[in-house]
Amino acid sequence: MLDSIIFYFFAGVAILSAALMVTRRNAIHSAVFLITTLLATAGIFLQLRAEFLFIAQIILYVGGIMVLFVFVIMLVRLDVPLHHITFRFQKWVALFVAVALACEVSVMFWYVRQLPSAGLLTPPAPADKLPPNSEQFAKVLFGDYLLPFEIASILLLVAMIGAVVMAKKRT
Amino acid sequence: MSPALHAIISFLETWWVQLVSGVLIVAVVPLIAGYVVLVERKLMADMQARLGPMRVGPHGLLQPIADAVKLLIKEDIIPDSADKVIFWLAPVVSMTAALVSMGAIAFGPWFQVAKDINIGILFVLGVSSLGLFGIVLGGWASNSHYSLIGALRSTAQLVSYETAAGLAIISGLLLAGTLQIRSIVDAQQHYGVWFIFLAPVAFFIYLVASIAETNRAPFDLPEAESELVAGYMTEYSGFRWALYFLGEYANMIVVAAVATTLFLGGWLRPFPNVRWLNWLDVLPALFTAAVGAYCGYRAGKQPVRVQTLFMWAVAALCFLAALILAATLFVPPLQAAKPGLLGAFWFLLKVSGYLYVFMWLRFTLPRYRFDQLMHLGWYLLIPLAIVNVFFVAVAMMLETEFGWNRWLALIITSVFTLLAAAFLMHLHDKRTAAASAAASETSDSYAG
Repeated sequence: MLDSIIFYFFAGVAILSAALMVTRRNAIHSAVFLITTLLATAGIFLQLRAEFLFIAQIILYVGGIMVLFVFVIMLVRLDVPLHHITFRFQKWVALFVAVALACEVSVMFWYVRQLPSAGLLTPPAPADKLPPNSEQFAKVLFGDYLLPFEIASILLLVAMIGAVVMAKKRT
Repeated sequence: MSPALHAIISFLETWWVQLVSGVLIVAVVPLIAGYVVLVERKLMADMQARLGPMRVGPHGLLQPIADAVKLLIKEDIIPDSADKVIFWLAPVVSMTAALVSMGAIAFGPWFQVAKDINIGILFVLGVSSLGLFGIVLGGWASNSHYSLIGALRSTAQLVSYETAAGLAIISGLLLAGTLQIRSIVDAQQHYGVWFIFLAPVAFFIYLVASIAETNRAPFDLPEAESELVAGYMTEYSGFRWALYFLGEYANMIVVAAVATTLFLGGWLRPFPNVRWLNWLDVLPALFTAAVGAYCGYRAGKQPVRVQTLFMWAVAALCFLAALILAATLFVPPLQAAKPGLLGAFWFLLKVSGYLYVFMWLRFTLPRYRFDQLMHLGWYLLIPLAIVNVFFVAVAMMLETEFGWNRWLALIITSVFTLLAAAFLMHLHDKRTAAASAAASETSDSYAG
């Protein structure tokens, strides 16, 4: 009962602010609603007892990336009407992406309905018997998926060095 | 009984402790913040050979309440061209982030809102860093140049110094091996030493970075009054301004609590495992009794009768607290309360000590210039923090894999870290010397 109230609260906030994020004209307002969406999604993670995912979302996306978004938005001129900045086939591209996303979601629904255990991929474990979340996460990330993790890190490092080189003044 | 009502009742039965302590945090923190301000003003006065606030209550003890009333009844101004909703939202964000992050902090082994939170210290850091949005959005929404520049400075500063603080905390977490606040303190009890002695460089980096994160002098560039009026708070007045102020002081308490938990042994007393120092448990009772006795001594010297009475009331409160603390030591049925109360005492004492260092630095050091601030963060603190994480990890490996003595390993790696720091300082000096030489060659406009 309480669980579903909390879930529908966070889900409703996430969807509502996502819609508002797309429709606002003012870029800062959009950023604020994007932050709200990310926070509500983090709330759903917390309800699923994925504490580490929750805090990673808050520290990285809300506290890191969104801060830089807002920083950049504050530096650009806001009186340029942002809805005028379009490109030629924008409508068609948007339509295609929307249809693709809708297909993906319906396939997901269909797939979950086919599963024997009443739509759940795995039966839920009792909350107090779960092993510590961040330890589990670290074991998987640095054990089973070490190579992809390292490749991703090197990719990010290359991107960072590239950005520094491009931003540096040639003297 | 309807199922909804039943659900609410069972919810309250399970969570009433958390709810009550949450309400307590929201109610008490503003009061504490007010008195931290009073202590700060008194300390500043002391260091400048003045008396500080003396008029409202004896020795200015009621000054915070008078200030709060003044702020509440001030006119609330919203600029015409401000973005109203965000202007209204920003101070609330700033304060909410600080208060929510307080929920995961353990003030002693008993007093914690979110009991079993597995990511304890990360939660505190992550949520308190959201307070930055309050500053940025407030500065933008005011639609004023000073506010906007203050907000931009604040963003740049916090993003830089949060990296250094995070890396410093990682050094401590490596030693503790856990993120849970209770287990971090237990680990320090297990080692028998506070982590400040095992990772002194990390503590120092965290100290500097936490001053910068709370926008305090000497790093208070976002609100530098000689350049930016009041920075991001320029257009705020009255209660909204008070919310910003409360957020800032609550944030100070949060960073002090994090440093205490991670580096200063949390609620452990000094030398927690030394048996013959058990008499230290009497110290909290003696300390509060001594404060009470001093208040009683000063009571006779107050100029007005009301103030004498008030001073006696404060003394009586102190004696009551001392009595409670002593009763948990010597009355057998109350001894169950001993770890909780003594732990809270030591924790609060350490937090106050950390805040004292904050204020001391504020009155001692002049304000940094913005490029100096950025240089300090990016050229010194962040590389040093990375080197420190590396060497702490090496020390842990030497201990577990090669069976070295822990102290030997940590002392050797600390020496290496300090060498790295000296090297970074040397590089920094050379760079600044080169820069000033170049500047004196090119800008010769005042040479006549």
